[in-house]
Amino acid sequence: MSEILFPVPDPAIMDRRDAILGDLAAIASPGCLIVSEDERRAFETDALTAYRRMPLAVVLPRSTEEVSALLAYCNRAGLKVVPRGAGTSLAGGAIPQEDSIVIGVSKMNRILDVNLHDRTIRVQAGVTNLSVSEAVSPEGFFYAPDPSSQLACTIAGNIAMNSGGAHCLKYGVTTNNVLGAKIVLMDGQIMELGGEAFDAPGLDLLGLAVGSEGQLGIVTEATLRIVRAAEGARPVLFGFDSSEAAGACVAAIIGAGIVPVAMEFMDRPAIQICEAFAKAGYPLDVEAMLIIEVEGSDAEMDAELARIVEIAHAHNVSVVKESRSAMETALIWKGRKSAFGATGRVADYICMDGTVPTGKLSYVLKRTSEIVASYGLRVANVFHAGDGNMHPLILYNVNDPADQAKAEAAGMDILRLCVEVGGCLTGEHGVGIEKRDLMRCQFNEIDLAQQMRVRAAFDPQWLLNTAKVFPLDGRVKA
Amino acid sequence: MSEVFAPASEAEACDCIASARSDKRTLEIVGGGTRAGLGRPVHADAVLSTQGLRGVTLYEPAELVLSAWAGTPLTEIEALLAGKQQILPFEPMDHRALYGAHGEPTIGAVAACNISGPRRVRAGAARDSLIGVRFVNGRGEAVKSGGRVMKNVTGLDLVKLSCGAHGTLGLLSEVTFKLLPAPRGSGTLVLEGLNDEQAIAVMALALGSPFEVSAAAHIPSQKRTLLRIEQAPDSLTYRLEALTGLAKPFGPARRLSDSEAHEAWANARDAAPLADSPAAALWRVSIAPSRASAFVNGLRTQNIAQDWFYDWGGGLIWLTSDLDWRQSEAIFTAAALAKGHAMLVRAPEDARAKLPIFQPQPEAMITLSARVKASMDPDGILNPGRMYAGV
Repeated sequence: MSEILFPVPDPAIMDRRDAILGDLAAIASPGCLIVSEDERRAFETDALTAYRRMPLAVVLPRSTEEVSALLAYCNRAGLKVVPRGAGTSLAGGAIPQEDSIVIGVSKMNRILDVNLHDRTIRVQAGVTNLSVSEAVSPEGFFYAPDPSSQLACTIAGNIAMNSGGAHCLKYGVTTNNVLGAKIVLMDGQIMELGGEAFDAPGLDLLGLAVGSEGQLGIVTEATLRIVRAAEGARPVLFGFDSSEAAGACVAAIIGAGIVPVAMEFMDRPAIQICEAFAKAGYPLDVEAMLIIEVEGSDAEMDAELARIVEIAHAHNVSVVKESRSAMETALIWKGRKSAFGATGRVADYICMDGTVPTGKLSYVLKRTSEIVASYGLRVANVFHAGDGNMHPLILYNVNDPADQAKAEAAGMDILRLCVEVGGCLTGEHGVGIEKRDLMRCQFNEIDLAQQMRVRAAFDPQWLLNTAKVFPLDGRVKA
Repeated sequence: MSEVFAPASEAEACDCIASARSDKRTLEIVGGGTRAGLGRPVHADAVLSTQGLRGVTLYEPAELVLSAWAGTPLTEIEALLAGKQQILPFEPMDHRALYGAHGEPTIGAVAACNISGPRRVRAGAARDSLIGVRFVNGRGEAVKSGGRVMKNVTGLDLVKLSCGAHGTLGLLSEVTFKLLPAPRGSGTLVLEGLNDEQAIAVMALALGSPFEVSAAAHIPSQKRTLLRIEQAPDSLTYRLEALTGLAKPFGPARRLSDSEAHEAWANARDAAPLADSPAAALWRVSIAPSRASAFVNGLRTQNIAQDWFYDWGGGLIWLTSDLDWRQSEAIFTAAALAKGHAMLVRAPEDARAKLPIFQPQPEAMITLSARVKASMDPDGILNPGRMYAGV
């Protein structure tokens, strides 16, 4: 079976555990060091729960300076470090190793400054994604990236994975919405990348750090762009008799020069699961559904919707249902955003994440069904169609190792398909451990070696989140 | 006159760089030559031109994506996009008027120098639209990063890293941009007679409104503050009216004719209000808008700032000054104190060789940048010192 490999723990470090804990206790502020097995258990995995490794220790520092002291110590002692936000990574980006120290930023969760004039907000990186928007929503602003896990996930994790969400079709992903970050390098140096201005001087190390999956440093503070909300927003449900028709409709809308704020896709299994959970009024007798959201004044939304509806009719849409109230709007989005949780109520699943050209959506959906069926499993598709970011949820039984192996194999086949049609292995969940061994499908040795050399410029000993992103063999150190 | 290499393919570019490396020769990368005044002067052993790397390699209008070889003229790309009512979202500046250059700007330089324009406040910079690159590193290896889909930071994002690196990390060979549908209508309001503080306040109000203002500039010498909205016709009428109401406390707003508006934004984009200035130095300062007018005032009271205007709602200041060590230091210091950064965009050749061009950076940042440079170009043969000594 295709079990993901972890590096063998270094016995020399495991033997030194007591001494290391003593050293960490001297650095960490009171109440921030977690050593007992019971308490460490909460940190042994993330949202890729099929894999678990008990870390040597966990530290939840309260300040950038403390992160700096901890990293400097680990660097000197040759200790591996696994950075952690809220532990919601679906790709295993925060899963520890037995000989590693987890450094989590969850206690650094303050909003430091709101600047409506410049439309920016400065936060500690352990703040949750949703609380950033909540801090500015009374003034009519929001923070654009809105991953489904936004209630729990941290800005630090969003930066590490370059998170997106339903609304990034119009507003961009994390990298387009971060102006500056305070990052602590493995040697303990505290660096300011970017700042509060639109552009930063010198090399775009901020752009490099966003999406680097905790390989370059630990982000402790960030300056984010906030956006003024539109006058109104209205999601509309479009039901289709085939996934292919829905996929073609998405491509046609973009092709017609319309970029709605969001275009979300659900297939029949996903609709059934989410409707049972959220009672959002989704149509149950269709094969596929799009949630398309438009923004603006009432008249503007009516006009844009009229154009979209016309295109949808050309693609044989069978149901068009507009939200008529704030409550309906909230339910429609609740259904979509709770898709993963709702799916978890009916079956175990792995959530894949890859991106394909929007013109290939129909084909990829068809092939995805075929691939998963060939392993004797079921799939529910719920994803960001406007930017081609697929999220097939492969349903399986976690207590059956053979089933798990089949689900993982089907997932890997789907990701290879994404690359084959001109897309890529990730959309917004990152590579983590999950897709690490597929990197050679997308990149050749030269591409990977170049990425690894850049990585080594930040962390020459390869101590930060070292089991992730790059295949374990053939690593280039400098 | 340096020897000029103009490889006709990426493979030839690889050979060219690999042999330069083995011969220990440095290379200055040149595209259309219209932005040669940007950055520190490079004294290289030979010139590496992208003029042989031409052509659009992928254009999928329905997917809003375009790829082209780096030496492809920008005009060719813009004409192709116009045929499908699409645009490069970031409205790239044309530097020819500033530098008195006559070549054809290339798409590669737009990416290499992260060239943006007024729409940056709404649609982001070139770096935000650049989703894929192929480049040849200092080892002579062809490397790809990113791709043709909109969400694609698989592994490290060398796309962002390459963008704005001024060719110091590699020769960009192919670039892929995401596009936007061309606006179906555009309208510009002008308010007259505002001082800098008032202008920045009204621009902040406009940019923080729900009406999606796509550009905001203030040109003190013309006593004009410009606000642009780009929308479909019905929506445009509604929003211009709403914005006029919002701006009322600052005075009446008048809509420019389409041709006046077009000219005004092309001028703001290209720094035209200061292009003919006799001043020795032209600066570009990136700063939080709320700090912009105090920054300018400070330099004005020191008799350093001569003339200036604001784009990006005050987030970008174009400014002229005399030029010696005193002015240079005062401007960089003031920018640092305001948590912004300055760049010397136009200056006499001898001054460019002696004075810093980019905002001086902390030593730790230079050290890190030099390590990143070495990871891409180990022998420092590509555009050596273009950004900072050693980078």
